[in-house]
Amino acid sequence: MEKELRLMKGNEAIAEAAIRAGVDGYFGYPITPQSEILEYLMEANPYERTGMVVLQAESEIAAINMVYGGAGCGKKVMTSSSSPGISLKQEGISYIAGAELPCLIVNVVRAGPGLGTIQPAQSDYFQSVKGGGHGDYHLIVLAPASVQDMADFVEVGFDLAFKYRNPVLILSDGAIGQMMEKVYLKPYIPRSTVFPEWATTGKTASRERNIITSLDLDPDGQEDFNHKLQAKYDDIKKNEVRFEEFMCEDAEYILIAYGTSARVCQKSVQIARGQGIRVGLLRPITLFPFPSVRISQLAEKVKGMLSVEMSAGQMVEDVLLAVNGKVPVRHFGRMGGIVTTPDEVVDTLKTLFIGGK
Amino acid sequence: MKEATGIKEIIKPENLAYQRTEVLVDNTLSYCPGCGHGTTHRILAELIEELGLQSTTIGVSPVGCSVLLYHYLDVDIQQAAHGRAPAVATAIKRLLPDSFVFTYQGDGDLAAIGTSETIHACNRGENILIIFVNNGIYGMTGGQMAPTTIPGMKSSTSPFGRDVKTMGNPLKMTDIVATLDGTYYVTRQSVHTPANVRRAKKAMRKAIEYQKLNRGTCFVEIVSNCPSGWKMTPVESNKWMEANMFPYYPLGDLKVPSEEKGK
Amino acid sequence: MTEEIIIAGFGGQGVLSMGKIMAYSAVMQDMEVSWMPAYGPEMRGGTANVTVIISSERISSPIIRHFDTAIILNQQSLDKFENAIKPGGVLIYDGNGITRHPERKDISVYRVDAAEEAGRMNMSKVFNMIVLGGFIKVRPIIKIENVIKGLKKSLPERYHNLIPLNEKALIRGEEIIREVRLV
Repeated sequence: MEKELRLMKGNEAIAEAAIRAGVDGYFGYPITPQSEILEYLMEANPYERTGMVVLQAESEIAAINMVYGGAGCGKKVMTSSSSPGISLKQEGISYIAGAELPCLIVNVVRAGPGLGTIQPAQSDYFQSVKGGGHGDYHLIVLAPASVQDMADFVEVGFDLAFKYRNPVLILSDGAIGQMMEKVYLKPYIPRSTVFPEWATTGKTASRERNIITSLDLDPDGQEDFNHKLQAKYDDIKKNEVRFEEFMCEDAEYILIAYGTSARVCQKSVQIARGQGIRVGLLRPITLFPFPSVRISQLAEKVKGMLSVEMSAGQMVEDVLLAVNGKVPVRHFGRMGGIVTTPDEVVDTLKTLFIGGK
Repeated sequence: MKEATGIKEIIKPENLAYQRTEVLVDNTLSYCPGCGHGTTHRILAELIEELGLQSTTIGVSPVGCSVLLYHYLDVDIQQAAHGRAPAVATAIKRLLPDSFVFTYQGDGDLAAIGTSETIHACNRGENILIIFVNNGIYGMTGGQMAPTTIPGMKSSTSPFGRDVKTMGNPLKMTDIVATLDGTYYVTRQSVHTPANVRRAKKAMRKAIEYQKLNRGTCFVEIVSNCPSGWKMTPVESNKWMEANMFPYYPLGDLKVPSEEKGK
Repeated sequence: MTEEIIIAGFGGQGVLSMGKIMAYSAVMQDMEVSWMPAYGPEMRGGTANVTVIISSERISSPIIRHFDTAIILNQQSLDKFENAIKPGGVLIYDGNGITRHPERKDISVYRVDAAEEAGRMNMSKVFNMIVLGGFIKVRPIIKIENVIKGLKKSLPERYHNLIPLNEKALIRGEEIIREVRLV
């Protein structure tokens, strides 16, 4: 079957892609700028189309715990929210990581802290890639930069989630969520009828009972479990790094940006190249695992790197770790819901690295 | 008297008067002597066996004394975050509608931190059984005041007794959920005497059967004791419960299905 | 070819839907598009705007501060976006309610009095399509036939009876747009 071409918002694309990817359940709560996901799913009547359950929960907290319950049954389940709501979900996400459950979480980021504003930002980077809740854990974090990515990453996300029994986060932002672009939608995949052997689906005579828990009161046992988790994260770092390069071959300077900022920086590269400045762009697609090895390699042959984020400078810390002092690394970003413009990036690059405008 | 050769003759299947149900795992309970959790677990396990539900049961354990429910019940169990069991159970039942889904929660879990999840699951009429063990105290963390701690009752965080003027009034969650359209059968029982155990088991059996019929949320409160937290012997604690808890939390049905009323 | 467009006016004037129809028409022509609204509470009763980029290549930044073409439907939007038009660019505006008219001399200015025309023809529901017709006349990057094709694809069948009225409005827009000055 051919892919279907549609013009959709990023939020709508995620919702439609979820139905088509054979997702079993979505549990959400309204918050701007991502409410279209829940609205679209309610309107699309997925229960009739595929048997997918969609439920508006009483809170973000309830929604993520519904995800825990569904994921514990081995089902493909997901939730979505925006920054303040994702903060509320952090306890549940920690439990999901601790119980090693696969699921998909979508954060359509808005500016904070607190209630902040509903405009796009990238200031949830630390929360997303370093853990977010309590305990030593990581999510696999995918950063879409287009409406097409929003649709595609649903399936990619679930594949990774089940491969590693680990929660996956799609770290988007208000701009990508609200923007409409062309999107090619994949044909339907039927919902799965086979479930992982660890899932709580009812204890049959042929197996021991299945228990979903993150509790081990014995410190030795809990440390062993933590070692096991860390080994899993090492595997993920080894196998799942994804990134995209734009005009890096002959670059003297590298911009590093993800999501909306990567789109902005692509234009900055074009502007700078027009002015004779050899700039390239590295766009991390996975933020955990981070493309540290590639950044380290690029640091061998360029004069400097500029990390561009809509934040006070969060990803730049991972860039600094990867570069490890080989070349100067600086940060540029707007905050509070203001999207950086391509010209600002070029001007900053000139000011910080080349001298003068 | 016969000779003592008879021990083997006595231990014969036909002489068996009482036996542990297979649904109860042969692990040593972590509960204090005299605590009602063990009996409540047993009732539930017996019903799962009697009703042939072992292969379709999915339980949700709370945070609290009964967090380790999955050590004792030989069914699939998910351990939920503090207070969130009804949300977890909601998704399980919606995604596996043919299963028997229950939550097992204490009063700190259900009536304090999980108030929202409890009320909304009941209000949506989720087809689950909520078992609410109310002993008026946070047992696992060492006997702190719970929302259900009765006026004047001492705990480690109300050492001079609960003063309702500054600490608020006990929350009667069972009375609250009985008013919601989503609940089908709401009852309050105890397990401190054989007669009460029989009544509690009967009530729980009804609740399980209603779930099979997709009737909505069933809510069974077990008013129970906490000898350790209350700093009493098991016998004293049961007497204290009868004298002080029952007047505040009277036993009996709070909401009876209309199909039962004529009976 | 890349055309970067801002459409701005009051909420309720059909600003966002005009942008959507424009984008959909470009999709019909096999072009790349992005449609980026200023979202949030300000769209309720206040001003609304949307950035539409149509390009033959992959679109980089969907959020821009300078535009090839601005379609302006109220005074606040004119005040806000007149200076955001690139030199040599195009400004199309509806004169209804405008007290301070465009002043820049380095851009081409067109006027399409769609509100007045919609009122006169008793078709206020397709006001935005009259404006779009005017845009197509001066920036023929999309074709009316593709707008119609896009409407047929994007509208539910029960609204297809409204398509002839939309077509009429588009053509009327082409007819009534007039140049104020050219660069």
